[in-house]
Amino acid sequence: MTSFLTLLYKEVLRFWKVGFQTLAAPVLTAMLYLLIFSHVLEGRVRVYGTLPYTAFLVPGLVMMSVLQNAFANTSSSLIQSKVMGSIVFILLPPISYLSFYGAYIVAALLRGVMVGAGVLLVTCWFAPLHLENPLWVLAFAFLGGALLGTLGMLAGLWADKFDQLAAFQNFLIMPLTFLSGVFYSIHSLPAFWQAVSRYNPVFYLIDGFRYGFFGMSDVSPWQSIAVSLSCTLILAGLTLWLLHRGYKLRQ
Amino acid sequence: MIPALRIHQVAKRYGSLQALDRVDLEVAQGEFFGLLGPNGAGKTTLISALAGLVRPDSGRLEVMGCDVQSDYRAARRQLGVVPQELVFDPFFSVRETLQIQAGYFGIAASRERDAWVDEILHNLDLTDKANSNMRTLSGGMKRRVLVAQALVHRPPVIVLDEPTAGVDVELRQTLWRFIRRLNAEGHTIVLTTHYLEEAESLCGRIAMLRAGRIVALDSTPNLLRRFSVHTLRLRLRAGDSLPAEVKAERQGDTWVLPFERFDDVEPLLARVRATGCVIEDLATAQPDLEEVFLKVMHSEGAAA
Repeated sequence: MTSFLTLLYKEVLRFWKVGFQTLAAPVLTAMLYLLIFSHVLEGRVRVYGTLPYTAFLVPGLVMMSVLQNAFANTSSSLIQSKVMGSIVFILLPPISYLSFYGAYIVAALLRGVMVGAGVLLVTCWFAPLHLENPLWVLAFAFLGGALLGTLGMLAGLWADKFDQLAAFQNFLIMPLTFLSGVFYSIHSLPAFWQAVSRYNPVFYLIDGFRYGFFGMSDVSPWQSIAVSLSCTLILAGLTLWLLHRGYKLRQ
Repeated sequence: MIPALRIHQVAKRYGSLQALDRVDLEVAQGEFFGLLGPNGAGKTTLISALAGLVRPDSGRLEVMGCDVQSDYRAARRQLGVVPQELVFDPFFSVRETLQIQAGYFGIAASRERDAWVDEILHNLDLTDKANSNMRTLSGGMKRRVLVAQALVHRPPVIVLDEPTAGVDVELRQTLWRFIRRLNAEGHTIVLTTHYLEEAESLCGRIAMLRAGRIVALDSTPNLLRRFSVHTLRLRLRAGDSLPAEVKAERQGDTWVLPFERFDDVEPLLARVRATGCVIEDLATAQPDLEEVFLKVMHSEGAAA
């Protein structure tokens, strides 16, 4: 337990010490999105018939921040320590692969949730906060953080160089999050793209998260939670198996 | 008594390179053991296999009787490794680095842990730097922190992979004083180094690796005796020359005569005088590990 807690402490301290870059910067980015999109679209678009665009956008931006930062935390921590060689400090001690996984994921979750809370806080001024069902909000925030944190671990384990990780981020994570319905309801899309969106697991995370705020969503929150949970479990299983085998960590 | 290290038929191949070729080795508890060999001989691979960083293709490795694969958590608690590369975590101070490393080994924060961290810092002359960020330290200081990190969990077996590479004389002395003390207190020390005089003065027993095989393994004095001899170095009067029946090798204007024991020196000199040569200068040379090392590395098919 001490080794798990220490690794968790180290992972939290790592992002906390550079909080300006890991916490404040993503909050600012989300705020810029909100300023621009609400300026252009507020008053022209209503979602689900009644919802003003800015109010609709806020939960999407919060969730996107949770997801991107959870991914960034595990992936950049792993690739940095791999490239710098300091990964050896956690490979030499008797840390079980379960503690290893758990510590990285909890740290990623914490960063994701902290950024998400920050975004929510600063966007309160732009749209009145409305919370229909906080339990759904929390459930999807945690699942989303865990899922993207796990994906970040996979990327961090797989990548040998920073540019490989950047490719993973730019060509997989960014399209998945941007095309997940953060900025629009998928019902506004042509039928074909609606169908494609349903293969994107991030869509379910955003949609379910938004349901917690408004009690309205593109698909049922139960379906969203089932898809998100299955994806998380599958990826977690894969990651644990790779860690157990020492994939790219132990030759 | 359980050996500190037991390495049995360990092999590891990277593509076409046979990094370790069925290595057998035992190191007893309390030994100061040297692992020598040229670059690429397999020293670091062997150490990495002990530490669980490399998985051997076959064979078994045990640290204090614990298998490094099947009982990896117990084995890693018994082992402190100072890696060869100068690695560090740029986010933390020296003290944080050591506290975190202790925590990884399951040692929770306590007064005892802090006292031990302070003691290590003191012994490695790091006390002044305890609160400095790792990034701001010089190379030599970072090396000391690496040594300190390997000791936080008081491992009975300590492996140092080239700990003095690129390190100034002062640190080398500080380091060896501390390591010798740990050895005297019962810790088993395994050392790889490029400085052969260091190995000669520190190690009780030495293994030499070449191309993934152990080609020599003996106590340091035995190795020196087996592979190396004392020599008598003579400068003769200009124009004098030793006849072929006196076993000697000419190096410029110096004649080098091998001998085994100091009792042999007097008869050897008598024989030289008997040939009519006049000795103008005379010196004896001790056998050294460098000579042994070169001989072992260049002899074909040398066996342990």
